[in-house]
Amino acid sequence: MASVKLNNIKKRFGNVDVLHGIDLDIKDGEFVVLIGESGCGKSTLLRLLSGLEDISEGDLYIDDERVNGRSPAKRGIAMVFQSYALYPHMNVFKNMAFGLKISGKDKSHVNEKVIEAAKKLKIDHLLDRLPRELSGGQRQRVAIGRAIVRDPKVFLFDEPLSNLDASLRVQTRVELGKLHQELKATIIYVTHDQVEAMTLGDKIVVMNKGRVEQVGAPLDLYHHPKTQFVAAFIGSPKMNFLQGKVQQADSENSQVVLESGRVIRASIDTSSLNEGDTVQLGLRPEHIALNCSENTFEGTVTLIEHLGELSYLYVDVGQEGELVLKVNGDNQHQAGDRIQFGIKPNYLYLFDHEGKALTRINAHQSPSIPL
Amino acid sequence: MKLIHRLMPSNGLRQLPKSVSVHAVLLAYTIIALFPILVVVINSFKDRRAIFRDPLGLPTHDSFTLVGFQQVLLRSDFGLYSWNSLVVTILAVGLVLLLGAMAAWALTEYKFKGNLLITFLFAMGIMIPIRLGTVSILSLMVDLHLVNTLTALVLVYIAQGLPLAVYILSEFVRTIPKELTEAARCDSVSEYKIFFCIILPLLKPAMATVAVFTMIPIWNDLWFPLILAPGESTRTITLGVQQFVGQYVTDWNSVLSALTMAIVPVLILYTIFSRQLIRGLTSGAVK
Repeated sequence: MASVKLNNIKKRFGNVDVLHGIDLDIKDGEFVVLIGESGCGKSTLLRLLSGLEDISEGDLYIDDERVNGRSPAKRGIAMVFQSYALYPHMNVFKNMAFGLKISGKDKSHVNEKVIEAAKKLKIDHLLDRLPRELSGGQRQRVAIGRAIVRDPKVFLFDEPLSNLDASLRVQTRVELGKLHQELKATIIYVTHDQVEAMTLGDKIVVMNKGRVEQVGAPLDLYHHPKTQFVAAFIGSPKMNFLQGKVQQADSENSQVVLESGRVIRASIDTSSLNEGDTVQLGLRPEHIALNCSENTFEGTVTLIEHLGELSYLYVDVGQEGELVLKVNGDNQHQAGDRIQFGIKPNYLYLFDHEGKALTRINAHQSPSIPL
Repeated sequence: MKLIHRLMPSNGLRQLPKSVSVHAVLLAYTIIALFPILVVVINSFKDRRAIFRDPLGLPTHDSFTLVGFQQVLLRSDFGLYSWNSLVVTILAVGLVLLLGAMAAWALTEYKFKGNLLITFLFAMGIMIPIRLGTVSILSLMVDLHLVNTLTALVLVYIAQGLPLAVYILSEFVRTIPKELTEAARCDSVSEYKIFFCIILPLLKPAMATVAVFTMIPIWNDLWFPLILAPGESTRTITLGVQQFVGQYVTDWNSVLSALTMAIVPVLILYTIFSRQLIRGLTSGAVK
């Protein structure tokens, strides 16, 4: 297993800059998730790490060795593809053994390795099947098995769960998490699914337009997003944003006036701003409470989505637009109801006109579903 | 009605007119294509007078004869001619497939200078018939001392078959998911092994198609054997048959019998390749 270090990695396709200098430190045994919208360069970055694509500029180190220009094999990486990429004319055993056999390992060693990996992934009864005779989940395991048998320094996963159906995805996600604990391997994992990122990652790298937006532990990103982009990306349903202007700039008790004239108090340090500056107020759906009497809003419920243990209320609050609330599943409200709700000042987020987050004071740490 | 349902279980009656017309066209084509072959085969079993009296009639008890086959097998080197044809065809088709697959793979997978130029040259090769260059090919073969050798024929047929083979195989190579080769590269498989262990097996159905396309014109060719290898020991079967076609008298029994027997090996080869035409080999590789 190994550490990985990226130093100002850039990638150009012709005249188009795809990655604008990525710096990243990945510790030995860490599970790092690259997340971002499609086209943000996360898959390209993974391909640069794998050696399938050439690095235009910058240095890549695996275990303190500069590996720019080395072939994938010589970097000691193994990649699991979104489409599994199993060799269709070889059975499961041959698929897993192919790389080892090619590298000239003796037969008994190969057999041992493959069977050990197959047992670990519970596919040892499928070894003589062809890929087309397997289900999606089984193919996924074979693809992972093919990576495991080679004892790579670093595992690269390119959206490995996105071809699986919902229930299988959750199951495989849990298994991947367990596998990481068992193998203690360095894993770099690309996904666009924030739930996968939050649940699997020791560290999440949020990417936006070829740049790293923020790096941090899952809860760190949730509680202290550095930018509005990260705040919008992490958390489901998405954070609500309301535009407003600073009415009272203060290091602790700031006031923001919304378009409707409603004044919101927020425990946020706005001392760097001037009164009248445009800001974006961020409210997480799970932080808005129906029985809260601070920073109150009033609106009409337009839609309710029942998820069982909880429900999402879409509420039209007039001039400010629509807010999403996460409420308890046994909530009895119906579309058309007028409701009142509020949010505590230390639950709020505030972003300046460039989208940069302002420091939260006494920020509430544990997300809770208000009743 | 039951018969119709059995033939077209999913289509039902509404599709009947369309289905009938399609089948009529296909049937008509089949008859037109098979008719000359049928005439050749039928008449090869009839005596000379019966051939001219009633060319379309089946051999009767009186007119049935194997004299043509006897002539061909006893009076000419039919075995040698067949062997020559077989050697030339198999070598040429085999090399066209191997070189064609390699070229197709290289031209689609790798970016290098001159890639476009080579692709363009192959495209030209499809459009310009090789027979236009017969004179220069002949003088080249003379210079290389290859006249009256099977090598000359094999070389010319490779040149003749390669452009179309590269063109068709390139299209198939493009349908092979890129992830497969990338996965293999991550598995530290060398480029040669990637080609031989992964690409070639996946190209099998396409190669069978190309083999059939390439094989038939080579087997049937009269032009190049006549010009490049007319010697007794290097004659191919189509050329060998010509010795029964005289300026004044043609031994029709022998000609038709030889042609009938010439159909057999090519039919066998076709059957072998057409088994491989079954598709669906790549299903399951990627979802």
